[in-house]
Amino acid sequence: MSIFINKDTKVITQGITGKTGQFHTEKCQEYANGKNCFVAGVNPKKAGEKIFDIPIFGSVKEAKAQTGATVSVIYVPPAGAADAIWEACEADLDLAICITEGIPVRDMLVVRNKMKAKEAKGGKKTLLLGPNCPGLITPDEIKIGIMPGHIHRKGRIGVVSRSGTLTYEAVGQLTEIGLGQSSAVGIGGDPINGLKHIDVMRAFNDDPDTDAVIMIGEIGGPDEAEAAVWCKANMKKPIVGFIAGVTAPAGKRMGHAGALISGGADTADAKLAIMEECGFTVTRNPSEMAKLLKALLK
Amino acid sequence: MKIHEYQGKEILKKFGVTVPRGIPCFSVDDAVRAAETLGGKVWVVKAQIHAGGRGKGGGVKVAKSMDEVKTYAGQILGMQLKTHQTGPEGQKVNRLLVEEGADIKKEYYVAALTDRATQKVAMMASSEGGMDIEEVAHKTPEKIIKVFVDPAAGLTDAQANELANGIGVPAGSLAQAVDTLKKLYTCYMETDASLAEINPLILEGNGNIKALDAKFNFDSNALYRHPEIVAYRDLDEEDADEIEASKFDLAYISLDGNIGCLVNGAGLAMATMDTIKLFGAEPANFLDVGGGATTEKVTEAFKIMLKNPKVKGILVNIFGGIMKCDTIAEGVVAAAKETHLSVPLVVRMKGTNEDLGKKILKDSGLPIITADSMAEAATKIVAAVK
Repeated sequence: MSIFINKDTKVITQGITGKTGQFHTEKCQEYANGKNCFVAGVNPKKAGEKIFDIPIFGSVKEAKAQTGATVSVIYVPPAGAADAIWEACEADLDLAICITEGIPVRDMLVVRNKMKAKEAKGGKKTLLLGPNCPGLITPDEIKIGIMPGHIHRKGRIGVVSRSGTLTYEAVGQLTEIGLGQSSAVGIGGDPINGLKHIDVMRAFNDDPDTDAVIMIGEIGGPDEAEAAVWCKANMKKPIVGFIAGVTAPAGKRMGHAGALISGGADTADAKLAIMEECGFTVTRNPSEMAKLLKALLK
Repeated sequence: MKIHEYQGKEILKKFGVTVPRGIPCFSVDDAVRAAETLGGKVWVVKAQIHAGGRGKGGGVKVAKSMDEVKTYAGQILGMQLKTHQTGPEGQKVNRLLVEEGADIKKEYYVAALTDRATQKVAMMASSEGGMDIEEVAHKTPEKIIKVFVDPAAGLTDAQANELANGIGVPAGSLAQAVDTLKKLYTCYMETDASLAEINPLILEGNGNIKALDAKFNFDSNALYRHPEIVAYRDLDEEDADEIEASKFDLAYISLDGNIGCLVNGAGLAMATMDTIKLFGAEPANFLDVGGGATTEKVTEAFKIMLKNPKVKGILVNIFGGIMKCDTIAEGVVAAAKETHLSVPLVVRMKGTNEDLGKKILKDSGLPIITADSMAEAATKIVAAVK
């Protein structure tokens, strides 16, 4: 078991013909069961063609109908990415993973509200991961996104983070001390996104093959605090928590669009405090995330 | 991206919000001419910098004669204006706004911003205008009213009325206040703003509603579709090194410490800064080289870090994924040579082609200190600069 995806997941790649889409699709195909997982691409201008033996369709709806795919990954450039997310949602996919960085916040606001309105009317709920995220991986089964596959090992630890390289850091540490991962999820650094820490923690809690979780956050926004409060009441598994940005000055955007301290409750210190209060084992030293987690397993 | 008050007022005016008549000025002579053009008996001379709290810092003066306009303009232009948002060194004033005086009967606060929790646009209003809103939120949170707007519906009449009534706008001015709120919302959405704030929005003696200040912040992801807003950019208000870095697609922010750091990924960059602090020093900067770092990019990053005279050592922390460690190692070696690096350099690299990268560093003959973990790297650089 794993969360959201496994070796049998069938994936559509939106933006498969672009430079980024091609590069990563090839890497994803090479990883574990990828050859069988990546079954379709979308580009209305190149329908009927093939790329890496993957058939290209004119729309997500058509790709889904022809291949039975339930998940899409999006590499479409920023100006068209929100429309690509909406297309995945209109096609009633289970999950859309948006890797694209730099989507205007207004576009994300509009598409998120459209997605919620569709659900409220009884339409199928399409989960969104990202945007501006590395994607997710279930080691030795499937990798959907841009993370380096070879640092992962199959195992029983969940990892969730807003930051790509910080996810890799946690995974690298775990693998180095012999702890594999059930799934590693990058939820992305944008202020308006889909799945949040709380949603991923819920999934890890329900996954019988996840024993413990490393939850990584950063400055800005209420998500980590919200997840911490939920975990205190519901989470049955030990958690190691880290928040990046103790040294970040207020009011400055630290690379990620969403990494900006704007109140008082969204500083790293405030988030670390609430996570500790909610029973997380928190650390201020990101080099010891895996070591701390290992100690919790005994 | 931030803009000046007078530019914000130009935008508000374009969307139909009433603002005082005013003229931006770059010299004392400009200011006097502006006051003459505007006419009347009272003028407001306002420092134009991107930071808030200008009034308290002495950057806003009411002039009751031409002599006073001249005196105040002379005092404010060129001053290092210090406010709670500028830092202790202050910000030099290069521009003024000279405006007609206003007959202020009551001051309100109104703003639009994106609310992450609800994923809607939050429209906020308060009866406590003219004050620092953070302070109002802290001391009397009940005096701030919020409504959350679904972009599909826009700000409804009911919501706008709730805000205007909630802050006590008198009946005779209610329609104008509602209209102003709706225009502010439209302006916020159409310009791709991330903050649009009017503080104060005033009620004049004659019942008119007018925006006496304007503060905007724009989503940098959306600037590509707003050349008219990019044209408002004032490079004098930005950090020169940050501007230089942005030319090379590097995310760079100056900080106060003495350890420069170069990292791939925003989250890892912050974590590296935090680790430096944890082990007893302070980071000199935030620097994310991004996913596609080339030798040229790494060299530019080194140059920008080394421009800062406070930098006594550099820590490079790379988690190689798609970006390979050997590529970065080559870049680091080339950069160290080109910049004739004379401060200690610690490199920690992990991930793809890690061993190859370490070999390149070792074979370079340069005194590069290597480390396996972030903690070890921080310990070593802190020791090296002592």
